Amino acid sequence: MSLLAISDLKVSIGGKEILRGVDLDLRAGRVHGLAGESGSGKTMTGLAVLGLLPHGARTSGRIALGERDLLAMPAKELNTVRGGEVAMVFQDPATSLHPMLSVGRQLTEHMRHHLGLDKKQARARALELLGQVRIPGPEGAIDRYPHQFSGGMRQRIAIAIALACSPKVLIADEPTTALDVTVQAGVLRLLRGLCDDLGLAVLLVTHDLGVMSAVADEVSVMKEGLVVETGPRGQVLRDPTHPYTRALLESLPGETS
Amino acid sequence: MSPTSSSEDLKGDTARRKPGRSGSRSPLIRFLARRVLTALLLAVGITLVTFVLTNLVPGDPVSANLGQRALGDPAIVAQWRAEHGLDKPLPQQYLMHLQGVVQGDLGTSQQSHRPVMDDLAESVPATLELAGAAILISLVAGVAFGVVAALRRDRLSDHLLRVLSLIGISVPTFWLALMAFYVFFYRLQVTPGSGRIDPTMSPPPQVTGLYTIDSALAGQWDVFASAVGHLITPALVLALYTIGLLTRFTRSAVLEVLGQDYVRAARAKGLPGRVILFRYVLRSALVPIITVAGLAFGSLLSGTVLVEAIFAWPGVGQYAYKSATTLDLPAVMGVGLVVGGVYLVINLIVDVLYGVIDPRVRLQ
Amino acid sequence: MKLPQAWRQPLAIVGGVIALAWIVIALAAPLLAPHDPLAQDLPRLASPGPGHWFGTDQLGRDILSRVMYGARLSIPLTLLLVVLSVLIGGLLGACAGYFGKWVDETIMRFADLVFAFPTIILAMVVAAALGASLTNAVLAVLVVAWPAYARVTRGLVLGVREREFVVSGRLLGFSAWRSLRVDVLPNVTGPILVLATLDIGTALLLLSGLSFLGLGAKPPSPEWGAMVASGVEVFDSWWVATFPGLAILTVVLAFNFLGDTLRDALDPRTARAIKERAL
Ligand SMILES: Nc1ncnc2c1ncn2[C@@H]1O[C@H](COP(=O)(O)OP(=O)(O)OP(=O)(O)O)[C@@H](O)[C@H]1O
Ligand SMILES: [Mg+2]
Repeated sequence: MSLLAISDLKVSIGGKEILRGVDLDLRAGRVHGLAGESGSGKTMTGLAVLGLLPHGARTSGRIALGERDLLAMPAKELNTVRGGEVAMVFQDPATSLHPMLSVGRQLTEHMRHHLGLDKKQARARALELLGQVRIPGPEGAIDRYPHQFSGGMRQRIAIAIALACSPKVLIADEPTTALDVTVQAGVLRLLRGLCDDLGLAVLLVTHDLGVMSAVADEVSVMKEGLVVETGPRGQVLRDPTHPYTRALLESLPGETS
Repeated sequence: MSPTSSSEDLKGDTARRKPGRSGSRSPLIRFLARRVLTALLLAVGITLVTFVLTNLVPGDPVSANLGQRALGDPAIVAQWRAEHGLDKPLPQQYLMHLQGVVQGDLGTSQQSHRPVMDDLAESVPATLELAGAAILISLVAGVAFGVVAALRRDRLSDHLLRVLSLIGISVPTFWLALMAFYVFFYRLQVTPGSGRIDPTMSPPPQVTGLYTIDSALAGQWDVFASAVGHLITPALVLALYTIGLLTRFTRSAVLEVLGQDYVRAARAKGLPGRVILFRYVLRSALVPIITVAGLAFGSLLSGTVLVEAIFAWPGVGQYAYKSATTLDLPAVMGVGLVVGGVYLVINLIVDVLYGVIDPRVRLQ
Repeated sequence: MKLPQAWRQPLAIVGGVIALAWIVIALAAPLLAPHDPLAQDLPRLASPGPGHWFGTDQLGRDILSRVMYGARLSIPLTLLLVVLSVLIGGLLGACAGYFGKWVDETIMRFADLVFAFPTIILAMVVAAALGASLTNAVLAVLVVAWPAYARVTRGLVLGVREREFVVSGRLLGFSAWRSLRVDVLPNVTGPILVLATLDIGTALLLLSGLSFLGLGAKPPSPEWGAMVASGVEVFDSWWVATFPGLAILTVVLAFNFLGDTLRDALDPRTARAIKERAL
């Protein structure tokens, strides 16, 4: 079942066309990998879903969350979707957490806002979430600040924050690019596990086709604001039809065709 | 998910882990101790500078203080010099001065013939009241205007605030003080005249030395009203420059924070705009704003010299002016010490505020 | 020739026009001024009107002419003042940043000490000690003005020093002086220029403030701060103080408009460093 359907999404900023008609389909319990070279518009696609495009961006097309079109939604309603039904994890956990607010604060405030939990309930749920993303000693971690955690831990916290209100859709924009290779695998497995257990629809943005082949169910490849190829992982990675995808695959180190 | 991958994460982390909450106090104290030590060193430097300035410069305090007739008589001059310790070698004079400072003795003013300490005890609270009111006004107005300008970037209100704040930092304070006095007191008669309270009233019993607070503490509301009324115009005049400064600065600080990832992440969480502004944006922007506010307080003290002159405000500014123009060395040194001391205290407050706002400083 | 983007802004244009107008007034004051600025031949304290558009002061001098002649004093002195503090502060700051160690420590601790005093109070003591005169007031302002440039230059030099081309230059055996001049200097001039433009206003405010306090220009000279001070004595003749004050305001405003536009043209990081230091 399609949870989030993006069709013919066009975005332009200051007269420059950045997305030129993107179609994507996210399903519950599936990880949809989105690859493509730098500047192809992957991040912009993710931001467009949440209405967080930079100042002055113009959009057209349709982003359907169930029956509702997120692009046509009034700001107030969109704010209940953000974080509540659609959540996002950003690339760099060093900068996407507020350095001066405790982990607990950043984990609970939107729960209290969206779900109407009281302080105690929110805290209990936060502890549960920290356990879920395998932060050791949640009791101690919850009152600490981002700078007291390593990069991998921070990204887990960011994921916990994204999951807090039990969203249906999770957009992860290069969640592992800023991390050590050893830590990457852990975060990816975590995402995969959460997707399977909670039935999330995940849009996993990445440069890295290796990452893609490890966790994605479907794969789309973008180039210059267009999706040039999409399909099940096996098909796209083993038998690419678009020359650009083939070039991408060939540039992978250690991969012999 | 295998447990090994999460312990990978932990490696770098355990080393940085802090002991429980009880342990977080001592770093703050150590941090403060370090600050106080630097402050003390600077304080010694300040005494040295005021001393050198007032002694190695060509001006002659004797001719500034004795009349023509007395100057003609070498005996009187010599006696005057001996009386004020001016016949001793300079290093010895400095040590005497330093010793006095430590004992709270700043010497006797050659003008008022009173201990400098007593003169300062009267004038310092007056200036603190004026400058304190001005910095409060500036912070509230400057931060509010700056936030509005940043949020309405490139719109009409932003441009308007830009022009207004540039005007604010361009107005000569002494001229503005005079204009305000002329228009509001002399012409419109909506503000009371010069001084700190109505001349028919007696000052409230001294607790803090700030008339507004003291009168409120004593419940003398008529005095309070008069003190506030006298305070408001000079404080506003004094504040105009710092309001302009803080508006411009807050705007750029807020704009910088608005572009941060964590603000976008907060918006992605669906938090209401008001929460994002106050909790996410302002908290970060406050750090540079506080730095500038600390510096701005220094420029306020400069302004007091000029504003006090117009409003006959019996503060340090006037005292500094009188003692500088008469080369009243003990008084000048006393003012230097007090003003340098205020600077140190302000720096200390700024540092403590950093620690309060930013856990990265506190938990260092 | 097309103006650069930063200058095609209304504020910069307004600022530029006002500044230019004042420079013209300063240069052409003897031609433009309707009266001798020192002649006491008009009715005393006459309010503004035909023949004396800005009124006359208590000695019967034409205020318009005095304001015009005042530009000949204030503007060149202020510019000189800023140039000198850029040179002194810039050189000291560059040395501190480039050589580091004790050179840095000594220079910057000195700067810290100056910063520990409110500018007017320090300048006032210096001016009073040197004796009241316009030259001494300039010296006094110089004493308090150089550290801002020292700090900014030092910071910029520190930033540039570690960059590749400087390091490789040193590896090639170029002298410290050469790399300071060739590699570092061009990189710091932009920000310093902006700071200097903004500082023209601050310097003029300080200088006229000292004159207002009687520590600068001596009586008959038509210095704006001193003219405002003479207006205090007769403050119900509002024009005596108002017009020289407006002269100060417009000059300072013009340069602040220019400086603010220039600052926006710089990258934000440097711009902020400047804003913090320029206080
Ligand atoms: N604020 C902005 N204003 C105008 N154009 C922008 C802005 N941000 C990004 N762009 C442009 O949008 C295009 C798409 O950018 P986007 O960040 O989506 O690429 P990406 O695929 O995520 O790249 P990367 O892999 O490097 O993250 C780029 O050409 C970029 O130059
Ligand atoms: Mg991206």
